[in-house]
Amino acid sequence: MREHPRVGVVTFPGSLDDRDALRAVGAMGGVGVPLWHAERELRDVDAVILPGGFSYGDYLRCGAIARFAPIMEEVVRFAAAGRPVVGICNGFQILCEAGMLPGALIRNRSLRFICRVVDVRVETSLTPLTEGLTAGDVLQIPVKHGEGQFIASGEDLARIEGDGLVAFRYCAPDGTIDDAHNVNGAANAIAGVRSDAGNVVGLMPHPEHAVDPDVGPTGGQPLIASLLSRALARV
Amino acid sequence: MKRRFELVVTLRPGLLDPQGKAIESALPAMGWTNVSDVRVGKHIVLTVDADTEDDARKQVEDMSRRLLSNPVIEDVRILAAHEVSG
Repeated sequence: MREHPRVGVVTFPGSLDDRDALRAVGAMGGVGVPLWHAERELRDVDAVILPGGFSYGDYLRCGAIARFAPIMEEVVRFAAAGRPVVGICNGFQILCEAGMLPGALIRNRSLRFICRVVDVRVETSLTPLTEGLTAGDVLQIPVKHGEGQFIASGEDLARIEGDGLVAFRYCAPDGTIDDAHNVNGAANAIAGVRSDAGNVVGLMPHPEHAVDPDVGPTGGQPLIASLLSRALARV
Repeated sequence: MKRRFELVVTLRPGLLDPQGKAIESALPAMGWTNVSDVRVGKHIVLTVDADTEDDARKQVEDMSRRLLSNPVIEDVRILAAHEVSG
């Protein structure tokens, strides 16, 4: 077993947060491995992060083009083998477009781009980001998106809730779920979901921007720490 | 034979359409208090080179499902198709 897990971060044309994700992995004791969208090489990583940004200019729909990038075939295979895959913001949109996560992300209810720190409640410890956490834990993490409103058909939403696929919800600082704290109008205040198998997880908030106490809240630390320990476990 | 297709992509009925809502709430200020159910979609036109109209249409349906729309949230309608020269 490795001492320091290797976490791959895919750079698509238009990715913005790949550098921050690599830096966060390094700051938390892992080894960040840059991956390139046009290649088919995962460089022996233990986990994959699809970072935020505006891959392919968000043309057509957010994430719609990126899902066809050559490296995504490898990411799909990697996920099918039960290995941890995390999509943050645009990465979440890509995973939904690829059908690796349920639902979709549409324009914020306010129709405005939102950039601020929000409170996020952990809903399950059955994801690579939350294994070290308990359902009900509240974390402060920034969001910055224009199209982050999670949505699904009534039938899909019932299944997502019924099967416990909700990973994170927007909440008040005390963990209460109410409309006032549902920053983008997401269905059931959903901020992130996981796959049926649980090894793929996507979220709109940015844990990679919340690991350094010098620049803001540190709600991302326990999430990245969980990812690193899960990556090492090679489940 | 080349055929020009015209498609419209819209959010599925029942799903909140924030852009439609924004337009709907702006119209009364301009005097149109009689407008409801505003939905905003995307208009896509493309030319397909295929042997038969049937084949071309099948391909457009396939690309609609796999790329041009997200079936989780959107519907696609083919509005029109006509032959083009060249």
